Amino acid sequence: MNDSQSLPKGRIAQHISDLPKSGIRDFFELVLSMDDVMSLGVGEPDFATPWGIRETAISALEKGHTSYTSNLGLLSLREEICKYVEVEFGEEYNPEKECIITVGVSEALDLALRALINPGDEIIYHEPCYVSYGPVIKMAHGVPVPVITEESENFQLHPEKVRAAITDKTKAIVLNFPNNPTGANLTLEQKKELAAIAIEYNLIVLTDEIYAELTYDERSISIAALPGMRDRTLLLHGFSKAYAMTGFRVGFACGPADLVDAMMKIHQYTMLCAPINGQEAAIEALRNGRKDMELMKAEYYRRRNYIVNRFNQIGLKCRMPEGAFYAYPNIEASGLTSEEFAHKLLREEKVAVVPATAFCTNGHKHIRCSYATSMDTIQKALDGVERFMERRKAKN
Amino acid sequence: MTKESKELILSTIQKNARINLSDLAIQLNLPEAEVEAFITKCEKDKTIQGYYTLIKPEALEGRSVRALISVSVQPENETGFDHIARKLSKFTEVTDVQLMSGNYDLLLTVVGASLHEVADFIATKLAPMNGISHHSTHFMLKKYKEAGFQLEDKDDYERLSVTP
Ligand SMILES: Cc1ncc(COP(=O)(O)O)c(C=O)c1O
Repeated sequence: MNDSQSLPKGRIAQHISDLPKSGIRDFFELVLSMDDVMSLGVGEPDFATPWGIRETAISALEKGHTSYTSNLGLLSLREEICKYVEVEFGEEYNPEKECIITVGVSEALDLALRALINPGDEIIYHEPCYVSYGPVIKMAHGVPVPVITEESENFQLHPEKVRAAITDKTKAIVLNFPNNPTGANLTLEQKKELAAIAIEYNLIVLTDEIYAELTYDERSISIAALPGMRDRTLLLHGFSKAYAMTGFRVGFACGPADLVDAMMKIHQYTMLCAPINGQEAAIEALRNGRKDMELMKAEYYRRRNYIVNRFNQIGLKCRMPEGAFYAYPNIEASGLTSEEFAHKLLREEKVAVVPATAFCTNGHKHIRCSYATSMDTIQKALDGVERFMERRKAKN
Repeated sequence: MTKESKELILSTIQKNARINLSDLAIQLNLPEAEVEAFITKCEKDKTIQGYYTLIKPEALEGRSVRALISVSVQPENETGFDHIARKLSKFTEVTDVQLMSGNYDLLLTVVGASLHEVADFIATKLAPMNGISHHSTHFMLKKYKEAGFQLEDKDDYERLSVTP
């Protein structure tokens, strides 16, 4: 017999049992239990990793490259990354001590927060955001301080709101632009203003650049490359999205040597190293993967335009996101909350979308629709949304 | 219209010539009338050379056998390879003609209903033609990829249908 009543109390660490159970889990389980769902709910590319990269990974396995690597990761990968970051993000890093390879951006973020936070330190981030930010801050014994980005402000992070959230406990700011789930991006001007605030209050900036390549308009340099920012910024990035390599689990952090070294201490005892096969695949992605990446991006671009234009035609207001692969329509016109909308749409039309409450506490007005799925699925799913909305309108 | 938009229109319809105009316009976020005008212009100036549908060879009885034929020719004084290449391309049996670098000069694709029909074409039309010094025929057994389309992709791996 193993009923939970008889388990010793306090078995789970307090800060873990205090983490709210993600409300979205039930909805996800429901979607996963259904067959033939047309899903706009997927947060990863629908493309398999480009063949040239897979081929390199296969041949590395054939040659027996199945060992650990150095804790920091393969030096040749760190060298490729530092070259890439210099060209694409505008800042130079030393591959020997200012770059660490991690198991996805997920681990990089966790390491960075654990390396920085003393219990009670406050970390500012913006909501809506990727589901892990708040919990990871808490697991590192920090206090998450969300700043809300608004639709009326194009979901950009307004520097004045950040300033207002700063206290003497504030240690760092986490940024993610282009953003999951809104697709919004920051202007260079906004980055400069945020940088000025970070410098004024002596804050560290963690910038999650996982969607950087998937920027459809002009792309500006990273906040890490602005004057005065290099020594206070950790640039977190990885191969999951732009190179369609989610399952390879490779990410990295570039930053000042003392921060990278502190992250390394945790990484060496908890993870040891990122998987070698993924690291070798990542080298190939940087050396020869650009063309495939551009082709995937061109496809996302077409889908973005299609999905956003369709939502607006259907009467669900949707701004054109600058990056990532998510549309974030406002569903108020349906007269439903986002969770009701998602449940009903799933039941009535077998179309899966993610209610924005997954990404922020006040996400009742929006849904996240991923266009990392085939144009055919997007078209059929939007036809479903259209029928659904026509029935709603007829009712109201 | 920007150069990028023009290239996007062409690369999109190269992959799917049947996409309807309004879908194409909304996918590229361009006014439908402009897209239409550009396509019409490309059709006129032969930037768009034609529209073609990939069909399983077996589905069309008269065209189920294909051969690639490499041909060596003696170039003529005035016209080089062009004259003979143009002559070859006039045969309905010949679907592709290209001038190549390397050990031979022209590469043809010839289609027919049967091995016999294709062989007959070679024996009666191609081989006797003036100016052809050598040819070599390769019958196609199976096609795996054509014009960027994987013809027999059986990978039905599926991702989780919802992830954060
Ligand atoms: C903003 C953001 N950061 C990080 C991740 C996780 O990325 P990785 O696969 O590199 O761990 C995701 C994945 O959805 C994301 O959207």
